[in-house]
Amino acid sequence: MSGATFASFERSLAELDVPVTRVRREAFADHIEEAVEPPAVGVPLEETFDEPGLSLEGTPVTVDPTPVALREATTGVTGARLGVGDYGTLALSLTDRASELVSLFVEHHVAVVRERDLVDEMRTGIETLGDEFAETRGSAILATGPSATADMGALVKGAHGPRTVEVLVLAEDD
Amino acid sequence: MAKADEIRELMRTEGAAVAENTRAFNDGRYASVADLEDYEALKSEARAIKEDAIERLPELIDELEAAVEENGGTVYIADDAADANAYIREVVGERDADRVVKSKSMTSEELEVNEALEADGVDVVETDLGEWVLQVADEAPSHIVAPAIHKSREAIADLFNERFDPDEPLETAEELTYFAREKLGEQIVDAEVGITGANFLTADTGTMALVTSEGNARKTVAATDTQITVAGVEKVIPSVDDLAPFVELIGRSGTGQDITSYVSLLTPPVDTPVVDFDDDETPLSEFDADRDFHLVLVDNGRLAMREDDQLRETLYCIRCSACSNSCANFQHVGGHAFGGETYSGGIATGWEAGIEGLDTAAEFNDLCTGCTRCVNACPVEIDIPWINTVVRDRVNREGERPADWLVDGLTPDAEDEGAPLQKRFFGNFETVAKLGSATAPVSNWLADTGPSRWLMSRVLGIDRRRDLPEFERETLVDWFAGRDATAVQNPERRAVLYPDLYTNHVQVERGKAAVEALEALGVEVVVPEVPSSGRAPLSQGMVATATDHAERVTEALAPYVADGYDVVVVEPSDLAMFTREYDRLVDEETFETLAENSYEVLEYVYGLLENGAEADALASGDGAGIAYHSHCQQRTLGLEAHTVAVLEDRGFDVVTSDVECCGMAGSFGYKRDYYELSMDVGGRLRDQFEADGVRERPVVASGTSCLEQIDALLERQPRHPVELLVE
Repeated sequence: MSGATFASFERSLAELDVPVTRVRREAFADHIEEAVEPPAVGVPLEETFDEPGLSLEGTPVTVDPTPVALREATTGVTGARLGVGDYGTLALSLTDRASELVSLFVEHHVAVVRERDLVDEMRTGIETLGDEFAETRGSAILATGPSATADMGALVKGAHGPRTVEVLVLAEDD
Repeated sequence: MAKADEIRELMRTEGAAVAENTRAFNDGRYASVADLEDYEALKSEARAIKEDAIERLPELIDELEAAVEENGGTVYIADDAADANAYIREVVGERDADRVVKSKSMTSEELEVNEALEADGVDVVETDLGEWVLQVADEAPSHIVAPAIHKSREAIADLFNERFDPDEPLETAEELTYFAREKLGEQIVDAEVGITGANFLTADTGTMALVTSEGNARKTVAATDTQITVAGVEKVIPSVDDLAPFVELIGRSGTGQDITSYVSLLTPPVDTPVVDFDDDETPLSEFDADRDFHLVLVDNGRLAMREDDQLRETLYCIRCSACSNSCANFQHVGGHAFGGETYSGGIATGWEAGIEGLDTAAEFNDLCTGCTRCVNACPVEIDIPWINTVVRDRVNREGERPADWLVDGLTPDAEDEGAPLQKRFFGNFETVAKLGSATAPVSNWLADTGPSRWLMSRVLGIDRRRDLPEFERETLVDWFAGRDATAVQNPERRAVLYPDLYTNHVQVERGKAAVEALEALGVEVVVPEVPSSGRAPLSQGMVATATDHAERVTEALAPYVADGYDVVVVEPSDLAMFTREYDRLVDEETFETLAENSYEVLEYVYGLLENGAEADALASGDGAGIAYHSHCQQRTLGLEAHTVAVLEDRGFDVVTSDVECCGMAGSFGYKRDYYELSMDVGGRLRDQFEADGVRERPVVASGTSCLEQIDALLERQPRHPVELLVE
């Protein structure tokens, strides 16, 4: 991972009108608060990343909500396994913490990805997932921007999935 | 309804929406692939993966089956649609499901699984917005990626307002989308079973890739506890790593997006908990992921296609729709005319022939004119025009009973006796042209009389509104042999100017201009008698006759090539025979020898000038404005730029058209069934050449058909660009 990868990731996301912010861990909770539009729900990020410091406690985000709370939520906060520089793509793993539901059944998706998990190219991203799937038989969504459709006569952002996406990149200590 | 009437009706009702949307996709494709540094290499990689996968298919299916079962899923291999539907009904029945939600799947449409489930009283809901529009309207898809492409926003608004009577009438695309999202959202969370298709299946891990944008496929899987995935057996590729080139190519090639919003890489059954969406007490993570997964792999003719040397390539198709969007005819009529039971566009001929049979493919196969604009657009390098030619050949032969063979005798092209009279007339145009020149101008007068045109229309289906080519009494070959010219001294190069059928008999002036231009640049030119290329019979699907031409042409030209002559071709469709199509018709060495030594005439001039020939020997444009229409096959060969460069080098100010095809496409525009479509397609070229700043410019075009079409479209009489160089 290099600064160049973040720059390309940021550029690709800008083309998709997806805001991206590089954040330090100590200011993480503040950035979350800024990024979410309440009511907000989320998955336990400290478990996703195995980093106790990434807890959403103390933010307006309801972690591990009920299905009804999920459907009433505007924002969903989840982690992303990877970010792909040349496409601005996020790899969203499907977990038993219901990250797929939290990132999908909301209007606004806030994805958190670690800077060390950014890769330059799509091919690298797919190969990384391929290696993991061989091990875990897991699943992931390559998500690029918000859901969209052109089926109603013009391009509309926000079809069945979120209308807007926002990305927080967790800076590495340097 | 007669074919011409059916096409006219579709052009009227659906043509505008189809044209607008397919062209937007097509323009998007050009822009998006231009961003790829290694586009050609990616296509070749994708092609190689598919070739290998189909070659090893039985082995890969076994591997996939083992992986899916290891993951906790079930694989069912269905021989045909009935078999697949019986299994799906059984799964849905065992789940005791009231509702099945579906994400978009062509294979499920091929099976007509909705009807099968509805007969059991199951509520089947399409969740892709385009598919849902069609379900509400009770219409068939007209495009393999954007199924409701034929419906305008206004038409969808009318449909929804009438059917659902919302409080406020719906109007904008946004309103329509959000209305549909709400309506479908409620139905998705209540469904028990989700049916999806799959764009790819990886044998190594049992992972499926689903390429979507709306998020409905994600919801279809996440919100139900039983996932049924329906896919043709050809969707299997070896590994997850192999997905890379396809993920980069599929969106760009189809709708012109660099990548679609979602590419789901699912290894079902997935870990997402199955929740009760009305529960307001239990946290999401406390629900179990108690899921069933059934993969239904459908043969339905595919394994037989795999054994078929000509149709096999169809199985490499990744259903991106590039061949539809890049096709001028498709842009004007859409998939309701240019399509079969399930599939549409150029590649549909292969699919429908293999899955439904020749009769279905025969109904629309003639809409492929062989213009080749889809060839470079296809991300897996399928020779789609060739598949159309082969199927046409088979359709021609279908009418043939064993007894015909005996009656016709075993003449070299006896097998073509099965072709309809119209196809045989156009396919054997060389004979017509020879007779036409020999008896000109009487032949032209006679051909143009009322009774003749009536007869041609009745018997041959030649549209009476089309001007017929006028044959010249003196052919190019005769003119060359009889002319009084001094030989070029110390020639730089020696070239055969190939007297193609039209240059030799009809547009002789462009042939003379080519000879003069080449001689002016120090080339010793010969114009020997050489048979016609076989383009005409190939277009009619008369492959054996075309092969016979190819053999005779290569035989006639071989001594010249061996002697160091270059072969210069005026007619781009004939150059494409020499450098592309002959690969299928003659042996490899013969093909390569001719292909390597053949040049389009302006490409050749360009090469001569690049190598130091004296440009001043050619006429100068002095800044004169010119409008240039290249030729479809010429552009596929990458040879438009050479003409433009030469004309600009000689001081012409060149504006070029950017339509995929002029609409004439050889014999196509002469045929009564297609005349109006041909003129409709040509309308776009006319608009470009009648735009401000272009209207006054003289027009030049490289292809015979294009010249005839432009002659019909515009007041201005077009010429070949080489004629500008010798004035």
